[in-house]
Amino acid sequence: MNEAPASKKTKRSLGGWALIAVPYFWLFLFFLTPFFIVFKISLSQIAVAIPPYFPTFDLAEGWDAFWENIALLSFENYVWLTQDDLYWKSYLSSVTIAGISTIITLLIGYPIAYAMARSPRAWRPTLLMLIILPFWTSFLIRVYAWIGILKNEGLLNQFLLMLGVINEPLTILNTNIAVYIGIVYSYLPFLVLPLYASLEKLDESLLEAAEDLGCPPWQAFWKITLPLSMPGVIAGCFLVFIPAVGEFVIPDLLGGSDTLMIGKTLWVEFFANRDWPVSSAVAVILLLILVIPIVLFQNHQQKIAEKQQ
Amino acid sequence: MIKGLMTGVAAFALMAGMAHAQDRKVNVYNWSDYIDESILTDFTAETGIDVVYDVFDSNEILETKLLAGGTGYDVVVPTGTFLSRQIQAGVFMPLDKSKLPNLSNMWPDIEERVEKYDPGNAYSINYMWGTTGIGINVEKVKEALGADAPLDTWDIVFDPEQLQKLQGCGVHMLDAPAEMIPAALNYLGLDPNSKDVADIEKAGELLKSVRPYIQKFHSSEYINALANGDICLAVGWSGDILQARDRAAEADNGVTVEYIIPKEGAQMWFDQMAIPADARNKEEAHEFLNYIMRPEVMAKASNYVYYANGNAASKEFLNDDVIGDPAIYPSDETVANLFTVTAYDPRIQRVVTRTWTAVKSGQ
Repeated sequence: MNEAPASKKTKRSLGGWALIAVPYFWLFLFFLTPFFIVFKISLSQIAVAIPPYFPTFDLAEGWDAFWENIALLSFENYVWLTQDDLYWKSYLSSVTIAGISTIITLLIGYPIAYAMARSPRAWRPTLLMLIILPFWTSFLIRVYAWIGILKNEGLLNQFLLMLGVINEPLTILNTNIAVYIGIVYSYLPFLVLPLYASLEKLDESLLEAAEDLGCPPWQAFWKITLPLSMPGVIAGCFLVFIPAVGEFVIPDLLGGSDTLMIGKTLWVEFFANRDWPVSSAVAVILLLILVIPIVLFQNHQQKIAEKQQ
Repeated sequence: MIKGLMTGVAAFALMAGMAHAQDRKVNVYNWSDYIDESILTDFTAETGIDVVYDVFDSNEILETKLLAGGTGYDVVVPTGTFLSRQIQAGVFMPLDKSKLPNLSNMWPDIEERVEKYDPGNAYSINYMWGTTGIGINVEKVKEALGADAPLDTWDIVFDPEQLQKLQGCGVHMLDAPAEMIPAALNYLGLDPNSKDVADIEKAGELLKSVRPYIQKFHSSEYINALANGDICLAVGWSGDILQARDRAAEADNGVTVEYIIPKEGAQMWFDQMAIPADARNKEEAHEFLNYIMRPEVMAKASNYVYYANGNAASKEFLNDDVIGDPAIYPSDETVANLFTVTAYDPRIQRVVTRTWTAVKSGQ
């Protein structure tokens, strides 16, 4: 009697392993392999050659050359990063801009997702379609369109001047404000979609029960809707925050010369200075800055989940 | 069924064989909007060599591809300073001059200046050349500085009092330290080609003094911005500013753009055609270069893109609005004032980049 379920269990775990192997293989091929290549370049030295660094680890040179090359690697480029405050300022400013943009996106995105989830069922596919619609135009063109809207002689200034709200055109383009507008606009759908998914699944009978028990609607929102939609909030915020930290196109097109973001610093290091080792080191640190908080957060979540069980 | 399949395979093999027989092609990677495309179709019609034409818009993008290796391109067009570094890195093959009889059409003065980047002109031929000067919106600048203010001088950029007056109508500057630092050094009366750290810092100080009045450092946005009247002054490349001038004239939007080579002198640059060492169609690449060096062909290209070329024999075929325009073909005195600079080595490059970042971020 007892043997049958046990064998079933091992069978299942074998199948389970195969299932787990697929994402791990994916992770290995498309994340870890490129990461190790970048990490290796970050330990190399700049050179005037193809490719512009050494050692290059040519497998044709054999094992001895391989070990000699290993000895040539050093953490010098990481030391360089700590010596020049440009990098820390860039990281800090990127995280700040991304953080503020994420909060603004959440403040705008939550009501949109909430309204969508509470709208009549027949409207929802149309509303969902409207959120997805901007993706049909190229991201680059949409960011360019903002130049036309925000510039001194642009649509926004003309409109405000016509209304008489302002007497002189506002300088928005080429400032950090334009970067915030660009990021919030571009990433809003990435926050609304997961949030809508979690709000739509919400069991409305819970709210009815709260009402029956005399809980006012705003309190029901704080105590029921918001906590239950937290997975959507977190997923959405990560989807906005992570790409926003490394954003290059938006600060390049909408930002001014004093907009400091790590994506731009990395671009200059890689393309203008041809310093592949230092730019690789910048990229590795950027990855650590993003991955470590996520891992810590997930561990924390897991512990909470275990405690609740 | 099997018979049908066999016929299919045979037909495919035959087609592949035929394709191979006439598979002569050359992969060209050039700047965007930089050729009269009929030159390419004429070349194919005459030689039977297909031209696969691809474009880029910055030296940095081209250089990164070349340094990564295996680009698949047979002819590329880097600017002189980039070319010299790429030659050192072993990117290019020496040209086989026996296959380039049209080299006799080239302009010795230009070849001599290019020696600085490509000694002996061993690796490249000149395609186009130009200057780095000032583009202005004539009405707005005169309105801000006064109708009689002299405009043919770097004072309007590097004198903080003058640039401050232009702040309101918008000032852009190239985001290219290799252009702006030599310009600042030249204005200070120092050697624009200086590789001395103290000199570069002085240039940085000058640039910082005008930094508050510059709206943006960018190397391509100024074309549209000048043409639309969004800005009134840009330090930029001659051809780009002349393009802005023509766009404004076409749009008839009341904006008049003018290109100025300041009297203190300006940097001269050279876009050079070269063949990567790993090019697969070297024979065809040489044929292409030789074709480009024909006087009528080169003149056709200049008449289309409004840049000066390095081909002396082409001058008689140039339109009057090209050869007669001092912004494109400057007078001899102006040319005598133009300077060239060489590439920075990696150690000085870091100083230059730090200085430039400090200028841009206003610290």
